[in-house]
Amino acid sequence: MDKNVYDTIIIGAGSVGTPLAWQLADAGQKVLALEQFASVGQGSNKEAIGGIRATHSDPAKISVCLKSIEIFSTWREKYGDDIGWQQGGYSFVAYRPEEEKTLKDLLTVQKQFGLDIDWYDKREFLKIIPSLNPDGLIGGTFSPGDGSASPMLSALAFEKQAKLRGAEFHYKETVQGIARTNGRVSGVITDKGTYTAGMVVNAAGPWGGVVAKMAGVDAPVNPDSHEGGITEPVAPFLKPMVVDIRPTADSANYYFYQHHTGQIIFCITPNPPIVGFDHRETSVFLPQVARRMLEIMPCLQNIKVRRTWRGSYPMTPDGAPIVGEVDGLEGYFNAIGMCGQGYMLGPGLAVLLRQWLTGENAAEAKKILAPLSLYRDFGKKEKLK
Amino acid sequence: MQDYRLKAHPILPIPEREKFEFTWKGQKLQAQAGETIATALFANGIRIFGYHPKDGSPQGIFCANGQCAQCTVIADGLPLKSCMTLVTPGMAVEPVTALPKLPDAPPVKKFKPTETLQVDCLIIGGGPAGLSAAIELGQRGVQALVVDDKHRLGGKLVLQTHRFFGSINACYAGTRGIDIATKLADDVAKFPSVTAWLNSTAVAVFSDQKVGVVRDGKDYVLIEPKTILVATGAREKSLTFKGNTLPGVYGAGAFQTLVNRDLVRCSERLFIIGGGNVGLIAGYHALQAGIEVAGLVEALPECGGYKVHKDKLARMGVPVMTSHTVLSANGTDSVESVTIAAIDKDWKPIPGTEKTFACDTLLVAVGLDPVDEFYKKAKEFGMTAFAAGDADEVAEASAAMFSGKIRGLEIARALGCDAPDIPEDWFRTAEILKSRPGEITHETVPEDEEVYPVLHCSQEIPCNPCTSVCSQGAIVIDDVDIRKVPDYISKQIGKECIACEKCVTICPGLAITLVDLRKQDEHTALVTIPYEFEKGSIQVGDYVTVLNTVGVALGSVEVVRTRIAKTTDRTVLVKVRAPREIANQIAGIEIQNKEVSAPLEQYVERLTDDLIVCRCERVTLAEIKAIIQSGVYDMNEIKAITRAGMGACGGKTCGSLIKRAFRELGTPMSEVTENVVRPLFIEAPLGVFAGVEK
Repeated sequence: MDKNVYDTIIIGAGSVGTPLAWQLADAGQKVLALEQFASVGQGSNKEAIGGIRATHSDPAKISVCLKSIEIFSTWREKYGDDIGWQQGGYSFVAYRPEEEKTLKDLLTVQKQFGLDIDWYDKREFLKIIPSLNPDGLIGGTFSPGDGSASPMLSALAFEKQAKLRGAEFHYKETVQGIARTNGRVSGVITDKGTYTAGMVVNAAGPWGGVVAKMAGVDAPVNPDSHEGGITEPVAPFLKPMVVDIRPTADSANYYFYQHHTGQIIFCITPNPPIVGFDHRETSVFLPQVARRMLEIMPCLQNIKVRRTWRGSYPMTPDGAPIVGEVDGLEGYFNAIGMCGQGYMLGPGLAVLLRQWLTGENAAEAKKILAPLSLYRDFGKKEKLK
Repeated sequence: MQDYRLKAHPILPIPEREKFEFTWKGQKLQAQAGETIATALFANGIRIFGYHPKDGSPQGIFCANGQCAQCTVIADGLPLKSCMTLVTPGMAVEPVTALPKLPDAPPVKKFKPTETLQVDCLIIGGGPAGLSAAIELGQRGVQALVVDDKHRLGGKLVLQTHRFFGSINACYAGTRGIDIATKLADDVAKFPSVTAWLNSTAVAVFSDQKVGVVRDGKDYVLIEPKTILVATGAREKSLTFKGNTLPGVYGAGAFQTLVNRDLVRCSERLFIIGGGNVGLIAGYHALQAGIEVAGLVEALPECGGYKVHKDKLARMGVPVMTSHTVLSANGTDSVESVTIAAIDKDWKPIPGTEKTFACDTLLVAVGLDPVDEFYKKAKEFGMTAFAAGDADEVAEASAAMFSGKIRGLEIARALGCDAPDIPEDWFRTAEILKSRPGEITHETVPEDEEVYPVLHCSQEIPCNPCTSVCSQGAIVIDDVDIRKVPDYISKQIGKECIACEKCVTICPGLAITLVDLRKQDEHTALVTIPYEFEKGSIQVGDYVTVLNTVGVALGSVEVVRTRIAKTTDRTVLVKVRAPREIANQIAGIEIQNKEVSAPLEQYVERLTDDLIVCRCERVTLAEIKAIIQSGVYDMNEIKAITRAGMGACGGKTCGSLIKRAFRELGTPMSEVTENVVRPLFIEAPLGVFAGVEK
């Protein structure tokens, strides 16, 4: 068998591509993952802060993330590696009636999907997060089934299982073209070689739009950037992810949680968004995010910031991923436009794409992923991204 | 509890300071105003500051420079670097034994807006390079801001009790480092356009060309400089050996900080790894502070430092063992001994050559890495950036001063000031000052004279103070190249030595003696020897062991005079009466007796595998090597797997050790992907960034 011939080539060994390589290899496929960086998860994966939740408002994302949570939460017992999973839950705080209303409205939708999430008034909410500033607090939602893990450790663990099942990973290799023959994808051309495959999955994260173009596909993926940071470790005191969706003049929501190492990890959404691939750290981030965090959690004023970074959110016009086939190019699949949620969506998407690509249970996968089609109406926006 | 503060020092004044109490584990201890927490603990004999939350390993001082976080203690409820935080009256200090509990804090009433400040030039680092640049800028009225993380200006100059090498004209050669620090700081203070912020730490350079500075430990200020000079000096390299993180193993620079800046006798007896100038000088500083030095090992066949430094140490009775390496630091909770061995040409320890020396401290002086992260970021972000001193290229402080001076002028010109062209010979001087020690030639021993200096200075190094003090003009060094060894030309110029002893006093290497045969019988000579120890430790009538240049004992001779005067600037001139046949060879007086450097009867083998690469996250060399051998060539991946580099220091120590592991395993560095470097370069509290009003 020609060594450069594969069943499926995955472009990008990050949050989406790596678990997919594991899943497809597990289904017996010969898989190659191509990655421009030097090792797994060195693009946007390591820039993710590690939050994992199913409590979205979009049904496709809910289904995908429920599958992801099952994988993350059982990883250690099934495969032995500690990926830092903690089921601390997600909490959305309300300090103004506006957010109270938004969250409560959303709750109705979320409950319809059977999600384990509830509204807690101030007194009850403070029992869940005792370190919150009580001044002005109205209450919030809490979903105990959500959690967090380490993106880097997860990527390493997925890669390990993929390799054990025969998947190959080529690093420091940049994709330059996608070969097409008679309306079918036939392979991938890189700066180091040419590979043949009947199926190609674009899991290129922020570069997803660029790679799609190589396949002759227009996909509206445009990265914008958010900065994140991590502190020194302290004794455990904070269980859930804390999200504050109140907008200010220069930022939208921000969120933070205590990582399994004891460190606080935090991130903020700039407003207006900073569009582009620029990943260089700015002086704006720390004062901006620090004030907002301390406003709702005063004890954080004494914790020392260790490191900051800036990562990409591969955004789509409606804030939902683009996953699935494209017209006129058989064998090519998009798994792009994760809008900053590739890490939590990755394993669930991997399971569904496995079903689709191998035909194991294509009908279910197609049904769940249908709303994420490239050909949907991008005019609608998700209530709460 | 015993007080380990220095009571007297031959060079350093011991100030009277306000005393107050603080507590350690609830026990009342005495501190003095101006001491850091680490200093106060050392002064009370406490050298173990905690136990690592990960593996319970004992933790103590390591860098004493605010770069690592190994000395972290809980002070009044907050985890703080004990080497950077001043102790205050009543402060409750506790060891770190687990992840610290974050204390409660009241809601913040008000956030100050982040102050932004525009300056023509921001100088990070107020050491020899930064201050020299600031003086050049000040002279031209350029608005410059110097930020320094310590509580006084001078950088590492404040640790240097010895007279400086280098050029008298270019960089205060012959003056003691501590005095140069004061002089530079005083000069800087004269210029109204130059401001200096102390206790102020630059934490990051951002892509919007602003530099984040935590001013006076509490206010976050964004500096928008037109030009930036990075004069951040160097950090000490580490080494992996068994027990390499035991309390008591630390850098030679850290040691100098504790002894010469903070005035504590932090050790009773130490051992030194590394025969560069830093290690050699640290040994000398130890002896001056009354600390015994059991020995020094250097892996290379020759010490890399100046011969005069090595000889000086050898003369004082410290064995300098070249082609030797350290095998382990031994002890349970702190260093009790060190085991060394000779190495073969492939750097492998030779079985059977192991020796163990009792000591409580092991100084690591195996070289310096430039603190260049600010410069690299500033360049990456397109700023008009300059680097000077060790941050540019690791060399002597004399070279740092001169490179600072050149950068100062370059910056003035870059800002459009009316500054002259930089003279060509400045660049030449800069190169000369940076040069490594050169060839060993000959000692200069004048013949057929009644009274004369003997120049025990045989190696080419950039140094010329002796030439400037001879009233007869009889000591000369080629002006074009001050690296040449000095010549004594009294006969050529027809002048005679007047026995003023100024050359004996000023030589930074203590490498000049004066032999006086006048009024002596034919068997006897008087020899004047420079002596930088307490005058009281040597008395007229004492018999002392004198040694030749490299430390071989020549005999016991009588002291006939000791002289210390304002003009000798704390150097004692000891005159001995000696047999004439050894007079020219006498170069020093033995300070330390041989018992101190006697190895134990049996060597100690450390039966652990604790060769630590990443001190913050406790990652061993074996773990790192196993990962590399599994085919991982991306340092980012090593970090992801092991957390090496994710700790408080951000890979400042382990980065170069991991690269070394790659080299040892034969991986070409061209195949290795280096870590992405991200801010912050120094941790700072969220409250500071938010602008919490305290």
